[in-house]
Amino acid sequence: MPEQPLESEGVIAGTGTGGAMDLATTEAETPAKRPPPAFGGGPGGGTESTGKPRSLWSDAWRDLRRNPVFIVSGLIILFLIVISLWPSAIASGSPLDCDLAKSQQGSAPGHPFGYDGQGCDVYTRTVYGARTSVAVGVCAMLGVAILGSVLGALAGFFGGPWDSILSRITDIFFAIPVILGGLVLLSVVTSNSIWPVIGFMVLLGWPQISRIARGSVITAKQNDYVQAARALGASNSRMLLRHITPNAVAPVIVVATIALGTYIALEATLSYLGVGLKPPSVSWGIDISAASPYIRNAPHALLWPSGALAITVLAFIMLGDAVRDALDPKLR
Amino acid sequence: MGRYVVRRLVQMVPVFIGATLLIFLMVNVMGDPVAGLCGDRQCDPATAAQLRKEFGLDQPVWQQYLTYMGNVFTGDFGTAFNGQEVTELMSTAFPVTIRLTVVAILFEVVIGVTLGVVTGLRRGRPVDTGVLLLTLVVISVPTFVTGLLLQLLLGVEWGWIRPSVSPAAPFDELILPGLVLASVSLAYVTRLTRTSIAENRRSDYVRTAIAKGLPRHRVVTRHLLRNSLIPVVTFIGADIGFLMGGAIVTERIFNIHGVGYQLYQGILRQNTQTVVGFVTVLVLVFLLCNLVVDLLYAVLDPRIRYA
Amino acid sequence: MPGATHARWAAGAAAVALVVTGCGGGDDGDSGAVLSSSWTDPQNPLEPANTNEVQGGKVLDMIFRGLKRYDAKTGAAEDMLAERIETSDSRNYTITVKDGWTFSDGEKVTARSFVDAWNYGASLKNNQKNAYFFSYIEGYDKVHPEKGEQSAETMSGLKVTGERTFTVRLSQKFSSFPDTLGYNAFVPLPRAFFDDHAAWLAKPVGNGPYAVESYTKGSEMRLTKWDAYPGEDAARNGGVTLKVYTDNNTAYTDLMAGNLDLVDDVPAQQLKNVRGDLGDRYLNTPAGIIQTLAFPHYDKDWNKAGSVKVRKGLSRAINREQITDTIFQKTRTPATDWTSPVLGKDGGYKEGLCGEWCDYDAAAAKKLIEEGGGLPGGQVKITYNADTGSHKLWVDAVCNSINNALDNDRACVGNPIGTFADFRSKSTTQKISGPFRAGWQMDYPLTQNFLQPLYYTNASSNDGKWSNEEFDRLVDQANAETDVAKAVEIFQQAEEVVRDNMAAIPLWYQNGSAGWSERLSNVALNPFSVPVYDQIKVG
Repeated sequence: MPEQPLESEGVIAGTGTGGAMDLATTEAETPAKRPPPAFGGGPGGGTESTGKPRSLWSDAWRDLRRNPVFIVSGLIILFLIVISLWPSAIASGSPLDCDLAKSQQGSAPGHPFGYDGQGCDVYTRTVYGARTSVAVGVCAMLGVAILGSVLGALAGFFGGPWDSILSRITDIFFAIPVILGGLVLLSVVTSNSIWPVIGFMVLLGWPQISRIARGSVITAKQNDYVQAARALGASNSRMLLRHITPNAVAPVIVVATIALGTYIALEATLSYLGVGLKPPSVSWGIDISAASPYIRNAPHALLWPSGALAITVLAFIMLGDAVRDALDPKLR
Repeated sequence: MGRYVVRRLVQMVPVFIGATLLIFLMVNVMGDPVAGLCGDRQCDPATAAQLRKEFGLDQPVWQQYLTYMGNVFTGDFGTAFNGQEVTELMSTAFPVTIRLTVVAILFEVVIGVTLGVVTGLRRGRPVDTGVLLLTLVVISVPTFVTGLLLQLLLGVEWGWIRPSVSPAAPFDELILPGLVLASVSLAYVTRLTRTSIAENRRSDYVRTAIAKGLPRHRVVTRHLLRNSLIPVVTFIGADIGFLMGGAIVTERIFNIHGVGYQLYQGILRQNTQTVVGFVTVLVLVFLLCNLVVDLLYAVLDPRIRYA
Repeated sequence: MPGATHARWAAGAAAVALVVTGCGGGDDGDSGAVLSSSWTDPQNPLEPANTNEVQGGKVLDMIFRGLKRYDAKTGAAEDMLAERIETSDSRNYTITVKDGWTFSDGEKVTARSFVDAWNYGASLKNNQKNAYFFSYIEGYDKVHPEKGEQSAETMSGLKVTGERTFTVRLSQKFSSFPDTLGYNAFVPLPRAFFDDHAAWLAKPVGNGPYAVESYTKGSEMRLTKWDAYPGEDAARNGGVTLKVYTDNNTAYTDLMAGNLDLVDDVPAQQLKNVRGDLGDRYLNTPAGIIQTLAFPHYDKDWNKAGSVKVRKGLSRAINREQITDTIFQKTRTPATDWTSPVLGKDGGYKEGLCGEWCDYDAAAAKKLIEEGGGLPGGQVKITYNADTGSHKLWVDAVCNSINNALDNDRACVGNPIGTFADFRSKSTTQKISGPFRAGWQMDYPLTQNFLQPLYYTNASSNDGKWSNEEFDRLVDQANAETDVAKAVEIFQQAEEVVRDNMAAIPLWYQNGSAGWSERLSNVALNPFSVPVYDQIKVG
């Protein structure tokens, strides 16, 4: 069932203004009557990519190292991680140091990006915003990936009634519009830490990964070597951990990387609607939504955090793209 | 086929109940809505108690849910706090949002698929790289920034369009909001079509068709496009439900009084009846879209037969 | 559109400067004389005693006239439908209604129209949120008990004594009772309101200069001039279309693009551009609104020996001048007392009553807070509702001002609450542990209205649960005082008690602001920051 390429394309959205959704939605059926892959070969066409796991990963790595898209996005992400960990390395001031007297002023020596409506230094806030935005993206992605792949793998591996129940639960969470869920759940939150926002993203984001994990576990399960392991009497947990997971993890990684970018963008949208992160958190989302009404007077206050956000999201999506290309031999 | 549809419909029941229950609980967690009705003054306790009783807020949550769903099945979606019937709100909001969704889907189909086909056939060429980069930019800039920028430029600075949509919301005023709403999905459709086309171009049946000496446009339209569009069609089908529920941001920017607006207002005022009512309909739309998409699979791909 | 034809004629007659701008809105429904104005869908059903916010009040102000009406300029309560309001003891009032008034459906406005409306508003079973306005009337406790079922349908203090006269007996002396009668809750209601309530709500009928033509819930309301209006303040335009906006930034954008004629709440973020965009078509006048920071006096951290000093210190750490200049572009004025300038000197406004405690002085602020034992928990969190635009702006600015004064980046932080309902729910149930936003828009222009509901023990808007015997005693004394000047003096003494305890920090007086298109002239806002629609000229 080589539907990974298809799924990984379709799945990237599902956040933001109700972008895309998982194409496998419609296939939450038992494997027997799942439709054949939408493109590529017939049933079982995926075996070529799962025959030798080690060579797949080393092939992929060799491929990636030569891919300029991967190098560029990797460098951007590396840079982001560094300034997230040590923002003071390139920004000396405090992001909370604001002087209303400087409200909306343009750039000045030592303050290359100028000041926002509250008189805070846009450069410092943009640098410090990276930490929160990246932290939200990474934590939400990890949570979604873990919860989604565990539930998806269990559903796909055990099948039968477990699959039915888990699939229905997945459908339930999938049916709730993301922005709407965010408005409802986050409007009651009073904590000003980043965890409620992350928790919400995990709560409504896991079905996306779960579906992919389930699909690829079902695919992997039908492979000859897994059947052989089963015949040899391997235990369920051993099969799941040793034989199936390594082969089913690639599509999850691809989708999770791309989703990371969308979570960062989602945080900004939530802030725009007034339910995102709260002060004294410093995030791009907060700054973008605060600056957007001032677009006519102080476009610079909107431009810089938006630009930083767009570049970050772009970097993660490109990374995901590159990884997918590397992991999917058919596309080569 | 018939049996398959029936089974799918049966499976929808638990999902429908679960999703509505989930949203019901979520709205309930938001707390007591009555305090907000009295403005900056405290409701007098007697009136507050009376209001809670009237809206059924004094009952346990599960009972509220059962009563509510019971009413929904008789077509009674309850009353908003300002005395307006939720069904009345729906009858004005849904037509507007449906029009907006239609515009958005049209953009996805016309622009998305065209760009996808062009880039898919010219993989690696400058036009391909350019479009690909453009789609990435569209995906990575938040919709509300794009929307506000376009509104300011086209609506105010250059005066090409109305910056906001009038209450009647005719199609021509929905072009820009539709484009903004569609933008992210549009980028995905482009990329999806491109991948699909590029992949199928190397498939055996296309090679055979070319080998037979068929003209290029015939190969593209009859063989390549038809097969490549299957994932695109399913994507767009499933996108309908998301667009309708996800228009909160777009509708807010352009002051469109559709489903997103009503949901936003409902949430701000913690109006359980409005929020749950609209979400119930959205969940239904979403589930039905998924079913239709599945059935479309069979129509488009003769290899699929549902038992 | 049946109203369009005569509406156009009306404009032709009334127009002073005939600038033919065509149809600025480009809206097919706009005739030359109908103007469009920004609006928000009211939160509660549009019943007079059930409407407690400006947006619903706007409509009521157009379609109703009560016994009194507050002058659009001075705010003084003047007779409207009242021919005479007589009393000898400040407790028993005899009210005579003017002859010749009708509702727009033809029904005569009689004494009964008032008595029925007031009884409806007070009755518990009708869920009217402003029922407490009738609480001074004898028998209110029977129709609206604090607990349990009501034991009467009507208030014993109201009696119809003739076609145009009725008597009101209050449960206590209240000398300024006649002055409160300009409030929307006291307007008369036609029989149609009681006979077919649903139909009335769908298309309200009143006795004001405008009649509702159509009401599309959640999107717009069309009001047309009522030609047979018997009052002197007949509309000088053909009608008003109220358009619902989710975001007042969008409304402003629409005004600039020519799709809207009047925005009566220019968003703070656009104020900087207003002069450039609109030139003289912009108005900024004082309104009876004051913003304060209330404190959780129920919380022991804020009710300690040094708390007064901490509160005074915080007050002195806020640079009101800079915030009102920069964030609000002078559409708000730094507050120096706890009332509002629209009351006027004789009405009880006393400039500078707050004294040095409202002056920005970073060093003094720091010293005061240290003397008071420092900020509770080392940090203040200012709680506000984030669902309307400008609260975040000023709370952030206030916090930055406090942080700068105290040299501490994290001394103050905003604590947004997602929805107004949740914010109110938390503040009315004492769940807020730091200062919180408290805005007060007057119901009627009296000092009493700025003090009693907010600071009297257990008063309806005393969310911080401040309680002071001295203050309560002075307010009671002032209410019973029949001499207005003396009453005002006592109210000011009470206000000084508020100051000495810094029960709440006064921030600024809010102005009403409005911007309009080139088609309009003679635009004004009343002291409640509502546009005086009937005086606007179109064309």
